[in-house]
Amino acid sequence: MSIFINKDTKLVVQGITGRDGSFHTRQMMEYGTKVVAGVTPGKGGQKFEDKVPVFNTVYDAVQATGANTSVIYVPPMGAADAIMEAVDAGCSMVVCITEGVPVLDMTKVYPFVKERGARLLGANCPGIISPGESKVGIIPGRICMPGNVGVVSRSGTLTYEVVYQLTRAGLGQTTCVGIGGDPINGTNFIDCLEAFERDPKTQAVAMMGEIGGTDEQEAADFVKNHMKKPVVGFIAGQTAPPGRRMGHAGAIISGSAGTAAEKIEAFKAAGIGVAVRPMDFVELIKAKLN
Amino acid sequence: MNIHEYQAKEIFKGFGVPVPDGKVATTPAEAEAIAKAYGVPVMVKAQVHVGGRGKAGGVKFCTTPADAKEKAAAILGMQIKGLTVEKVLVTVAADIGSEAYVGIIVDRKRKKPVFMVSAAGGIDIEQVAAQTPEKILYLPVDTRYGLRSYEALRMGFFLYSDVKLARQAAKIMQQLYQAFMASGCSLAEINPLVATPTGECIAVDGKMVIDDNELDRHPEIEALRDVSSEAPSEVDARNNNLTFIKLDGNVGCVVNGAGLAMATMDLVKYYGGEPANFLDIGGSSNPEKVVNALRIITADPNVKCILFNIFGGITRTDDVANGIVTATQANPLKVPIVIRLTGTNEEIAMKILTDNGFTASADMDEAVVKAVKLAKGGQAA
Repeated sequence: MSIFINKDTKLVVQGITGRDGSFHTRQMMEYGTKVVAGVTPGKGGQKFEDKVPVFNTVYDAVQATGANTSVIYVPPMGAADAIMEAVDAGCSMVVCITEGVPVLDMTKVYPFVKERGARLLGANCPGIISPGESKVGIIPGRICMPGNVGVVSRSGTLTYEVVYQLTRAGLGQTTCVGIGGDPINGTNFIDCLEAFERDPKTQAVAMMGEIGGTDEQEAADFVKNHMKKPVVGFIAGQTAPPGRRMGHAGAIISGSAGTAAEKIEAFKAAGIGVAVRPMDFVELIKAKLN
Repeated sequence: MNIHEYQAKEIFKGFGVPVPDGKVATTPAEAEAIAKAYGVPVMVKAQVHVGGRGKAGGVKFCTTPADAKEKAAAILGMQIKGLTVEKVLVTVAADIGSEAYVGIIVDRKRKKPVFMVSAAGGIDIEQVAAQTPEKILYLPVDTRYGLRSYEALRMGFFLYSDVKLARQAAKIMQQLYQAFMASGCSLAEINPLVATPTGECIAVDGKMVIDDNELDRHPEIEALRDVSSEAPSEVDARNNNLTFIKLDGNVGCVVNGAGLAMATMDLVKYYGGEPANFLDIGGSSNPEKVVNALRIITADPNVKCILFNIFGGITRTDDVANGIVTATQANPLKVPIVIRLTGTNEEIAMKILTDNGFTASADMDEAVVKAVKLAKGGQAA
């Protein structure tokens, strides 16, 4: 089992003929994802890699192929429109990889997606992978393996680091979700924790947070009140200087809300195992599974 | 991106927000001339990207043009929280009846811009929020519909019982909201919004923070960037599409991805070292980025060891390896380098590095331990 995507996911790629879009579409196809359509306005009628039909609009792609999930690799100024287009066309899951989407654009996108009952992952995220079933986004497939640990993270490469260490230690994953580091994102920690708690295959969850905001503290409350499965957490940015933006729009400390110390305290209070180093996930999860 | 008070007020003015007349001076003589032209009294205000300018002595009331000259001379060149004041705003001093606070900030929790207004203006809004939260009205705005008239009016009446003042304030809320949206802000603030004894509302101080992701859309705002108020190394990094923040330690870090970069800094500290910087070379690989990263890091005399931590996803590790080789051939390193590479094209990268006399590890902790040791002047194991 897995969350949000599985072997039946039928994917449409928005921006399939672009530099990043074409590279990662090939990778997803190699991994075994069912890529059923691509969209690039003006290139409708072409075929990507002689296999995947390209359409001018997501609407056409969904009508013709029955795609139910979209992944977006379009430039930042067009991302908000691309998300709304996918949801409007009927995709129930939209993964936006694009980095640099203005936050005010997201204030319009977020309620649009919610009101239509769809799920948005991102923007500015590495996507999602259910090892052995499907991959949507850019998480390298070869560092993952099927298993029973759920992984959720705000970061990209830090996720890879932890997943790689889990895999090396023989701890496979049900699904790895990168929710993205932007201040307004479609899916948060709680959405993923809730789904992992419901997923019969998932037996433990690894959660990687960052400084900034209060998402991790709210996630800790959720774990305390609604989860039976064990959770292990990590916070990046313990040594970050206050008030400085560390690349991710979300990773900014302002006032007292959002420091690493505060988040780690919240984890401890909720009974979440605290990984001090990324490598600590392995032993902590092993202990929780036994 | 931060912009100065005088720049924010120019933008406000463009949307109809009443602001006192003012001009920027870079010399005391200019300040005197501006004061003479406007007539006294005037305020002389330091233009730097930090809060608490008043408390630091960077904001002064001046009664004569000569007084403005003298006070500008004292403020120009002054250090406020590590930044040198290079410009002052000379502005007509408003008659103050009462001071209110008006701000809009994008709230990650509500996923909307939220107005915060309070009649207790002029001081730290954080303090008001902590001690007397009932004195602040929070009003989230659905950006699909914009700020409704009734919402603006509700805020106006929250600030003032006088109908004329409430209506003026409501109009200013609308204008501020327009300025906020049109400029791609993550924060806009009027503190204080002054009601004069004669019943006029006027924005005496203004602040705007622009969402960096909006700058491609707003070249006119990018043009307002004041690079003199930033560390030169950070400006250099930004011009080369790197995210760099200078810190005080001696282990220079080059990492791909913000989360891994922060985790690497944390690990340096965990093993007893101090990171010299945060540096994210970003997702796409390009040997040129590595060359620039090395140039920026080695310019810091505190750096005693360089640590690369690259987890290749989109980033191809062979590109990073090529970058390291190119950069060090052009400018041989004076400090040791520790390289950790894993992921996409790892085998090719390892070969490039060993062929050029470098060693690399695939393990993050091992690399960090080694870098910390070398930075302390120890021998690598």
